[in-house]
Amino acid sequence: MSYELLLQMSIVVPLLASILIVITGKHANVREGVTIVSAIMLIYIMTQLYTGHTSNNQISAFWWELMPSLNVSFVIEPLGLLFALIASFLWLVTTSYAIGYMRVHKEQNQTRFYCCFAIAISAVMGIAFSANLFTLFIFYEVLTLSTYPLVTHAGSEKAKKSGRVYLGILLTTSILFLLLAIVSTWFIAGTLDFKVGGVFSPDIDKGLAGGLLLLFVFGVGKAAIMPFHRWLPAAMVAPTPVSALLHAVAVVKAGVFTILKVCVFIFGLDLLPTLPTTQFLLYLAGASVLLASIVAMRQDNLKLRLAYSTVSQLGYITIGALLATSSGVVGSAMHIAAHAFGKITLFFCAGAILVSLHKSKISEMRGIGRQMPITMFAFFIASLSIIGVPPGAGTWSKWYLLMGTLEADQYLLMLVLMLSSLLNIAYLLPLSIHAFFPNINVNKNTSLPVTQLKEAPLASLIAIVVTSSACLILFVYPQPLLFLAKSILSVG
Amino acid sequence: MISQLPVLQVVLPLMAAPLCLMLKRSRLVWQFCLIVSALSMLISILLLQQVNSTGVISYEFGGWAAPWGIEYRIDKLNVMLLLIISSISTLVLIAAQTSIDQEIEKEKHCYFYILYLLSLSGMLGIVATGDAFNIFVFLEISSLSAYALIAMGNNRRALWASYQYLIMGTIGATFILIGIGMMYQITGTLNISDLAERLAQVNQKRTLLTAFVFIIVGVCLKLALFPMHLWLPNAYTYAPSIVTAFLAATATKVALYLLIRFTYSVFGSSLAFAAIPLQTLFMALGLVGVFVASITAIYQNNVKKLFAYSSIAHVGYMIVGFSMGTVSGLTATLLHMFNHALMKGAVFLALAAVMFRLGDVRLESFQGLGRRMPLTMAAIVIGGLSLIGVPLTVGFVSKWYLLVALIEQQRWLIAGLLLLGSVLAVVYVWRIIEVAYFKEPLVNNTAKEQATSEEAPWTFLVPIWLLVGANIYFGIDTRLSVQLAHSAAQSLIGVAP
Repeated sequence: MSYELLLQMSIVVPLLASILIVITGKHANVREGVTIVSAIMLIYIMTQLYTGHTSNNQISAFWWELMPSLNVSFVIEPLGLLFALIASFLWLVTTSYAIGYMRVHKEQNQTRFYCCFAIAISAVMGIAFSANLFTLFIFYEVLTLSTYPLVTHAGSEKAKKSGRVYLGILLTTSILFLLLAIVSTWFIAGTLDFKVGGVFSPDIDKGLAGGLLLLFVFGVGKAAIMPFHRWLPAAMVAPTPVSALLHAVAVVKAGVFTILKVCVFIFGLDLLPTLPTTQFLLYLAGASVLLASIVAMRQDNLKLRLAYSTVSQLGYITIGALLATSSGVVGSAMHIAAHAFGKITLFFCAGAILVSLHKSKISEMRGIGRQMPITMFAFFIASLSIIGVPPGAGTWSKWYLLMGTLEADQYLLMLVLMLSSLLNIAYLLPLSIHAFFPNINVNKNTSLPVTQLKEAPLASLIAIVVTSSACLILFVYPQPLLFLAKSILSVG
Repeated sequence: MISQLPVLQVVLPLMAAPLCLMLKRSRLVWQFCLIVSALSMLISILLLQQVNSTGVISYEFGGWAAPWGIEYRIDKLNVMLLLIISSISTLVLIAAQTSIDQEIEKEKHCYFYILYLLSLSGMLGIVATGDAFNIFVFLEISSLSAYALIAMGNNRRALWASYQYLIMGTIGATFILIGIGMMYQITGTLNISDLAERLAQVNQKRTLLTAFVFIIVGVCLKLALFPMHLWLPNAYTYAPSIVTAFLAATATKVALYLLIRFTYSVFGSSLAFAAIPLQTLFMALGLVGVFVASITAIYQNNVKKLFAYSSIAHVGYMIVGFSMGTVSGLTATLLHMFNHALMKGAVFLALAAVMFRLGDVRLESFQGLGRRMPLTMAAIVIGGLSLIGVPLTVGFVSKWYLLVALIEQQRWLIAGLLLLGSVLAVVYVWRIIEVAYFKEPLVNNTAKEQATSEEAPWTFLVPIWLLVGANIYFGIDTRLSVQLAHSAAQSLIGVAP
């Protein structure tokens, strides 16, 4: 098969899957089979595209011209490929996890769940491979709308309310700011194609471009920069597989991916540091990193704590993009991957604890390491990766991000990043420590929980093991990741 | 035959209307009307091809040359309107029989179809004719039949709504007539292109301006531009559902056509925009209209009324584009005119289907409708997304063009305000979606109606989904609509295409 066809297949396959899922909805096993088969197909497509890309093929596809000189078209570049590789791989893993989780939990409307999930993946592929901002915006909105039914899956009053926050913030920011920014860019630059070095002419009015940057960064609500982060904690009412894949990987990463693309391919690394608003946005992202970490420490609900941790980690990636140095971009790209594997593992574990022990509060989780040793060990490894210490994959990305702050002489931000890593330790590590050693800091008299082994369903457990090992593997063998991240700036 | 098309377009439904009386039987009349409407759609498609290949068509009535006799003139703008009106009319008619079986007494069916055809031919006539007095005549034909159609609604408030519309509509029509009379008094001609030539040389600026203002106010009343919109919500809410679908998709578009035609082709934009602060006024009214109507829509509990207010808001968008007086602004307006007809046609037809099944369209009755009528509800969702302006629907295309037009003139603030308007649309559309998909069906209804299939019959589903399909198709393949709107706007403003 030609690479062009494969590229288009990556968007079409999940879309077809969603249709097949609806058709086969009555037979649960067939329906899940459809998801798994298409996820495997997607991974196959991705590996093919990866080999195609590394052997220096220019792969692109053109669909149609929506309005004069506004195309829906796709192209493969390293950053998008990286994002798509992660998303497709984790789709399979999450599906395996979801089958265990959803069945044990006896969730309603499972057909709708798998269908929307597949559409969301298709939208992610579209975002990852879009050749211009216009295409990206289309799939960005599709992603928002297709994940709404997943957030409100439970249908309860609380779910509806969160759905309102979710849709309200994501749609409002994208309509009010992002669309305005895109139209303005199109008007000023005359093109929306992603180009290394940016599309604006160097003598553009700096104030205007600075305003556009503000619009872009605020417009991409999915990047969850404070004060537009509220949708992410709200989305935690969704079933755990959704929180895991979409709200730790696909949706939020689509946000920071967009910011990274805009910074590198619309503004360009030369123009970006000269804009008057860049410094403000850097500090805003820094504040977002710190504040979210502090808020995360105060959460007793595990999923909420993880959500705020995500907000904080997304700030890292935004900072890396806005630093506009090569190390910053490399660090951001790698952190997209490293954080994806780490956070999805943490969410898997949170879901596993909920399913087998029916616990969602951190204060109730003392000693659960004896009941769920594998889960909690995976939790420990993933925590290390998020914090950024060996042997976690996050080590490398945080290293590059710190280098980036140094290259750009942003010492205050370097301090912020280091401080935040300390805070990460404070809100993530106690969980696994208390899980295995419940007696620390506790009255001797409190009764210990039962120590009967009660692990998550096998399908879910496999997923947990796979993603947590990925955290380790990417520490030992980060070369492919690094290769992609470093070649982002060299294509042209 | 081909050369007679412009007149056939109008005369065919006009002649067909009295023939209905002879057919009498409701079903027969329906089929007859459907054929007539389909034929006039065919005619407008043929006209479109003709205009595209040979340019403006001029048809002289009875062989009398233009300034003396009545002339029918079809250019890009006219043919676009003709196409919208006749195709929406045909699609709506497919569903008409099923819907009015329930909403209107059997013995009135024949009159319903007669009035429908008259209204249709009136609107087609307004658009096709190139004669100012003719416009007034056809305006009265379409309006009078519309008043009667609205009064046929089975709720008693329909009478009051129709009466309100009658009063406001008559004032509007009278104003237009006074304006036309003044122009005739100044120039001694009624032919539009002749008027345009002569008005340019007129020295009595004061009379000319008075005439212009009378016409603008009259047209804006028919257009339901804020703050002259008060007749519209009730008329749309209490009219028979089919009538709402037909009028919502076409009537305001025709009024907008008149506004554009009189401003650009008769008075000329130099007079219209220079002598009075019309641009600022329209920009302000359009914006306030968008906000007031959208916010009012959020608080409605009758879904038909909700979408009626949304229509007023969308008139606001069109007026904002119009007020800029640039090619891109006018393109956006014309494009939105086309696109809005598709959205509202789909939405109101789907509401007609809901009305058919449930007997009312209060928001409470929508509970659980996502399960009970999945296809109809899906149509409302897609129509709603199109109203918001989500990519891959027509709403996005017109929003994009409007934004580009505004940014071209560096009007950032207004661009931002308009986008805020579409955020308000998210709110009112989502109220319906939440109720329909995340609330359990009302208990007393389920027990009774569980036995039968609840999805609307095919006579509804086919036209609804054709319109929904058009919403998506023209949101993806914009060549036809954009090219039409753009070249129409260019010829109106006088830029060589």
